[in-house]
Amino acid sequence: MLKISNLHATVDGKEILRGLDLEVGAGEVHAIMGPNGSGKSTLGNVITGREGYEVTEGSVTYQGKDLLELSPEERACEGVFLAFQYPVEIPGVNNTYFLRAALNAQRKHRGEEELDSVAFLKLVREKLEVLHIGDELLHRAVNEGFSGGEKKRNEIFQMAVLEPRLAILDETDSGLDIDALRTVAEGVNRLRSPDRAMVLVTHYQRLLDHIEPDRVHVLANGRIVASGGPGLARRLEEEGYAWLDEGGIAEVAEAS
Amino acid sequence: MSSTETVERHLQGRYKHGFFTDIEADALPPGLNEDVIRAISARKREPEWLLEWRLRAYRKFLKMTEPHWAHLDIEPIDFQAISYYSAPKSDKDRPKSLDEVDPKLLETYDKLGVPLHERAKLAGVAVDAVFDSVSVGTTFKKELEKAGVIFCSFAEAAREHPELVRKYLGTVVPQHDNYFAALNSAVFSDGSFVYVPKGVRCPMELSTYFRINAAETGQFERTLVIADEGSYVSYLEGCTAPMRDENQLHAAVVELVALEGAEIKYSTVQNWYPGDEEGKGGIYNFVTKRGDCRGDRSRISWTQVETGSAITWKYPSCVLRGDDTVGEFYSVALTNNYQQADTGTKMIHLGKNTRSKIISKGISAGHGQNAYRGLVKVGKQAENARNFTQCDSMLIGKRCGAHTFPYIEVQNPTAKVEHEATTSRIGEDQLFYCLQRGIGEEDAVSMIVDGFCKQVFRELPMEFAVEAKALLEISLEGAVG
Repeated sequence: MLKISNLHATVDGKEILRGLDLEVGAGEVHAIMGPNGSGKSTLGNVITGREGYEVTEGSVTYQGKDLLELSPEERACEGVFLAFQYPVEIPGVNNTYFLRAALNAQRKHRGEEELDSVAFLKLVREKLEVLHIGDELLHRAVNEGFSGGEKKRNEIFQMAVLEPRLAILDETDSGLDIDALRTVAEGVNRLRSPDRAMVLVTHYQRLLDHIEPDRVHVLANGRIVASGGPGLARRLEEEGYAWLDEGGIAEVAEAS
Repeated sequence: MSSTETVERHLQGRYKHGFFTDIEADALPPGLNEDVIRAISARKREPEWLLEWRLRAYRKFLKMTEPHWAHLDIEPIDFQAISYYSAPKSDKDRPKSLDEVDPKLLETYDKLGVPLHERAKLAGVAVDAVFDSVSVGTTFKKELEKAGVIFCSFAEAAREHPELVRKYLGTVVPQHDNYFAALNSAVFSDGSFVYVPKGVRCPMELSTYFRINAAETGQFERTLVIADEGSYVSYLEGCTAPMRDENQLHAAVVELVALEGAEIKYSTVQNWYPGDEEGKGGIYNFVTKRGDCRGDRSRISWTQVETGSAITWKYPSCVLRGDDTVGEFYSVALTNNYQQADTGTKMIHLGKNTRSKIISKGISAGHGQNAYRGLVKVGKQAENARNFTQCDSMLIGKRCGAHTFPYIEVQNPTAKVEHEATTSRIGEDQLFYCLQRGIGEEDAVSMIVDGFCKQVFRELPMEFAVEAKALLEISLEGAVG
């Protein structure tokens, strides 16, 4: 589904990604861990095409297409979704209205009929029920005055409605208390599906206590320096990142 | 393409209403003197007292000087180069109904998206259409007559209802109130007059579409709205103008009088030609709008959406004279390219338990300069006065400016005055958030701006809110045909 080869990217002229390789197949959940400043958030921004992130070398192929050729909204319409680390507030714009505009833009792109408000509301109610989220988020402006937990839940809710093929969750666990974390993790687990790939970008192991990834990668200095199964995450939790300092890409044996 | 470039591109949306109707105008030669004023008055078949009133104003005007305190950069105006009267040629045989109206004129309204005959009926709106300086069509007059509401051109009111006009004209905005009000009082061409009798709720929204047409003809509207005891009226005013190279001067005066328990809602959507991308041309708009809550428990509410004009100098105000009166001001002002706006309101609390609310939204794009200037004044006798002011500015791009000049004068210790102000830049992050969800750039910008203005839009009557939203989109985006 997603194949990244030798990706180099700069922000403000500074090279952040330095030859990153990553392959994620349909139905898989990958976790990308790494210390602060390793380039974790940059990866999500580059994949989704954010302004200011310049790719200087390498390729990103998504469902056989050159993703880097597409505009940010085209990537979104093609099914690439980013759950933001810091979801943005848009005052005065109703959350439901926003989400319907997004869904209909994507449906239009796919040549499907746009949903009217009745059909959309029905869909929304179904998703809320599955995710065990109350409908109070629907009546408010996009993320305006939301608590940290509400913002993250709103991201998961949007993901559920938009049904992306590739979802990147950028530190969705940061700043959440244990209950909110559980809600978010449960949402993600429910959205796991054979034709959907997910990439969890996280600093901590604790999210992975609730979401079992298929693969864990360690990102350091702009490259994947280690990859392994779920055990790798636990080893990182216990030993930190220092033991990886020798560098080089390693396939790490299961520690447990 | 970067999102900054994208926003830039959207800002280049051309003025949609830039066309020019070719109607022979019956105009006075340029120049300003007492003879010109006599000629205006004669052509409008005004009573003698009104001519005298104009001349008194003109003499005051001669002693005044142009104000320069606003945050505006204005080329000097040559008042002698302006023609002070222009009317469609068929002035002598004024059309009795819309069927008799010059088809070209109707075409103009059609282009504006205001098919007078159809739309007015559909929307249940009575339209007193001011084309250049003379009213040419008034609809729904009969129905209003049944309710006892007088809604006609100012000139007609001066002839048919002199007692009302004499009683109220100039009592809210005195002739010498300011330079432009004095000029207007001397040379005003036409405008609308509304009188709602005691206890009557006006059965429909009253609407006037203003449009400046003939070249170098200043437009000097005079509007007077009187709501008698316990009555209610909602008045809508919308403006567009064709593309011109010369700066056109517009100095209107609007006076509202609300007697005991009456309520007036005055809404404006203003879209005059703002000048081109280099700032050439465009309307100079110097307007004096004021409402007087003269009777106890009366209420006046101003709502304005200002997207046009090269220069906007406008402060719709409320004098809260009666006890328990309420004044409100809701405003969206957008400046793009080289537009400049200095706008805001004055809330003058004189009576007891008076309340006022100010919600101002300024949007600046391109090289636009947007200033909010507001005065909240609480007089000595105004026990328990309350004011809430919220003043938000949004910047689009990096070369525009937003400025806030709040003035607060409180002479009574029981007053409570609150002021909140914010400035935000249309975030690259907000835009990216929308794009990442699949929403296109244009839709994203208009969604964000629309959200920003929501508090004001919801004060507008439904159809007007739709129009206002569309106007903002046109003013900000390339989605124009």
